[in-house]
Amino acid sequence: MSSSTPRASRHIVQNEDLLFEVSSPGKRGYQLPALDVPAVTLAAARREIPDCPEVSELEVIRHFTRLSTWNYGVDTGIYPLGSCTMKYNARVNEAVTRLEGLGDGHPLQPEELSQGALRIMQLLSEYLLEITGMDAITLQPAAGAQGELTGILLVRAALTARGDARKKVLIPDSAHGTNPATAAIAGYTVENLKSNPDGTVDMASLDRQMTRDVAALMLTNPNTLGIFEEDIHRIADLVHERGGMLYMDGANMNALVGRSRPGDFGVDVMHLNLHKTFSTPHGGGGPGSGPVAVKKTLEPYLPIPVLRVKRGKPVLDYRRPKSIGRVRAFYGNFGMFTRALAYIMANGSDGLKQTTEDAVLNANYIRRKLQDVFALPYPTPSMHEVVFSDSIQAAQGVHTGDIAKRLIDYGFHPYTVSFPLVVRGAMMIEPTESANQREMDEFIAALRAIAEESKNTPELVTGAPHTTKISRLDEVAAARNPVLRWRPSKSEAAQS
Amino acid sequence: MRYLPTSDPIRQRMLADLGLNSIDELFSHIPEYCRLQRPLNIPKGQAEADIIRFFRAAAAENAPGFTSFVGAGAYHHFRPTHVDTLISRGEWFTAYTPYQPEISQGTLQSIFEFQTMICQLTGQDVANAGMYDGSTALHEACMMAARVTGRSGMVVARSIHPQYRQVLRTLTRYRDFPTTEVGFGTDGRIDVAALRAAVNSGTAAVAVQSPNFFGNLEDWEQAAEIAHGAGALLIAVITDPVSLGLLPPPEAADIVAMELQGFGIPVGFGGPYAGIIASRDKFVRSLPGRLVGEARDSEGRRGFVLTLSTREQHIRREKATSNICTNQALCALMASIFMATYGKQGLRELAEQNLAKAAYAASAFTAAGAEVLFPSPRFHEFVVRLKRPLAASKSALKKAKLIAGLPLNEHYPELGEALLVCVTEIITREDIDRLVAAL
Repeated sequence: MSSSTPRASRHIVQNEDLLFEVSSPGKRGYQLPALDVPAVTLAAARREIPDCPEVSELEVIRHFTRLSTWNYGVDTGIYPLGSCTMKYNARVNEAVTRLEGLGDGHPLQPEELSQGALRIMQLLSEYLLEITGMDAITLQPAAGAQGELTGILLVRAALTARGDARKKVLIPDSAHGTNPATAAIAGYTVENLKSNPDGTVDMASLDRQMTRDVAALMLTNPNTLGIFEEDIHRIADLVHERGGMLYMDGANMNALVGRSRPGDFGVDVMHLNLHKTFSTPHGGGGPGSGPVAVKKTLEPYLPIPVLRVKRGKPVLDYRRPKSIGRVRAFYGNFGMFTRALAYIMANGSDGLKQTTEDAVLNANYIRRKLQDVFALPYPTPSMHEVVFSDSIQAAQGVHTGDIAKRLIDYGFHPYTVSFPLVVRGAMMIEPTESANQREMDEFIAALRAIAEESKNTPELVTGAPHTTKISRLDEVAAARNPVLRWRPSKSEAAQS
Repeated sequence: MRYLPTSDPIRQRMLADLGLNSIDELFSHIPEYCRLQRPLNIPKGQAEADIIRFFRAAAAENAPGFTSFVGAGAYHHFRPTHVDTLISRGEWFTAYTPYQPEISQGTLQSIFEFQTMICQLTGQDVANAGMYDGSTALHEACMMAARVTGRSGMVVARSIHPQYRQVLRTLTRYRDFPTTEVGFGTDGRIDVAALRAAVNSGTAAVAVQSPNFFGNLEDWEQAAEIAHGAGALLIAVITDPVSLGLLPPPEAADIVAMELQGFGIPVGFGGPYAGIIASRDKFVRSLPGRLVGEARDSEGRRGFVLTLSTREQHIRREKATSNICTNQALCALMASIFMATYGKQGLRELAEQNLAKAAYAASAFTAAGAEVLFPSPRFHEFVVRLKRPLAASKSALKKAKLIAGLPLNEHYPELGEALLVCVTEIITREDIDRLVAAL
């Protein structure tokens, strides 16, 4: 048990009304330069924007600063949200992204005036191919889920060219919800693949279900239980023998970088989440970036434009007759490319490998220190994350969501609750390499204390959090009668 | 490695706690053939100063200091300094999706305000928390229209951004969405007769952009009347939200698919941006993406939560309205700060300046003997046919540090040597005069 000062402490948290409630007619937070051309009137101009806020610049600053203090970020402390890889976001990544020429470069300015941006994309592409062991890459997909869709469209294009697009995509029951949603958008039906007692792909089920109707197996490796699919070679061989393709969801690449490469274990196509493995900030829910790397067989189908090197210069190639087309306007989330490249450069080959090792070491440390108080449904070795179940505490009337809320009172962001779905009452913990031992010990001590509370004072846990600005919100009522925007009250409307 | 908060002695102690001698033991269950047996072929870790030097050199090769007249879906508007100051607070940019509302109220309230301001601006009832960008928002809007109407036909104006149409083609290529493109008339606006002829009882949606790709204003009411006459929905596409400070909002549309980059999001070589979908209350359960709603806690205090998530992939899996798992939250926050800063008066004044600058530029081109195409009302872009090929002016433009506009020959070869010119409020009269002189 740690003897250090408790992480949570009291601090002034100010209330702040909605912008519309702060607003007052005639206030302004802007001044435009004097117009240096004749003014023009538009015959069909709109009426004024109803109820649009009017506030001063200082009020804008205070408003968004106060709101920010109600949040928790990686900068605040350990953020062990499993499957999300909440790692440190270095400031230099932000600085280089905003340099003049990059932060304000236009995607449609002439190619000869865009050589710097293309060179950045080229170098990042090279590094990502080296890290994954794949043959070709597109940086265009806007996020992980769009990367999945791009990858499955590539599979479909290649199979169609071969003469049969097939009908189904196989997806393990432990997969992210985006996988089946993606397969459906690409026009495939989804077939669930059951996990075996180790939490990995059940080879007998795969053998039975991997028919000539199946276009692809979408596999996350390590999977969402944090377990490496040890049969990966047999899985890949089976899928390939039956004429299908192996898609890898790269959400968990933070467990592999510098240690193992999907291109070396039979993967045909995969996406990366630059906001997970490569440290681009999560931003409160985006933007992400989801490059897709492929083997040679899928290269002709990559979205246009494809970045190539011609006589030592990066060029954009639009003449790709077999391409599936564009998946997003312009070239993707370029600002994430600069950040990811800066991250890779700062780490280098040595730092990237050390990062992977620390991430795996931290997850196993937490597993070891908590496995006597929380149930571990799969004793298979963990990589970068560990999934416990609330089964011991559930018998005391305390569930994973309660434990998560109680963690907030101890000063920590909760883990991922109730995912993956294969574990009842899942508690999915991913400390990442950015958690230091001291803070992990505090986190472990907090969870152990909550396990004790679950036994002795369960109502303390089920009523948590007790220290936040608001307590648990009535989500059922919110969904039954949704209020999705502010509207002026009748008296305010009458005044304006 | 400076980002790692640990040291070798600590690693050794942690390994000892685990009863291990070496880190390799934690990877020993990975089959031998899956293990990389050599270091990655990437240079060793570099100092921050080295990284900045590399990116400065790259930025120098990317037209820094040029004055650009290229718009076409990505617009250079002035970004107030405090947009970046505020979003750089760690509580904003290093947080994630507000799954735990009790410690995410900042993000949740800001999204609620965002949804409200988008509704005020577009004249719609409800707006989602954000999409990837405008191009993918159009695809989502089409899928939504198909869900709502139970039909599959799409009628799309050819004056919608060409890349938006390319994205729509790609993302629907294995779905049965028969798509008809409708051309434009000599005034640059949609060919109304062709639109009427294209719409039928199988049409799920009519998609029209205004200001359209050429900068001309379309008539929302008329497009809605044609779509609704056939039982189809109207999708309004907007590539620069700044236009809505002055132009009539697409109240007649059923779904709005809009790019928000113009609201304080860096042009940044094409991304990240944010799109939105706004619509009618009656279609709320068909919306893609996240929604934030008001809620009360046990003591009756107001708070905000992610809501109606049974539409989404993490609950509904293959039956979800979309596979999207982001709302571009940080970009949406930039747009919120931008909207709050300009506010009711500022958004109008900003749009008026854009209108005036583009009008001045168009008349300057005409006065210089160039032909400005499509004589119907415009916002801040217009098409000009040059007196001589653009290539002839290339070195003069480079010397003057000017980027002239976007040549249209690739997507609209019938327009000849035509250039799409965008003039926003950051362009000065002197810049415009220099451009006209250089071409």
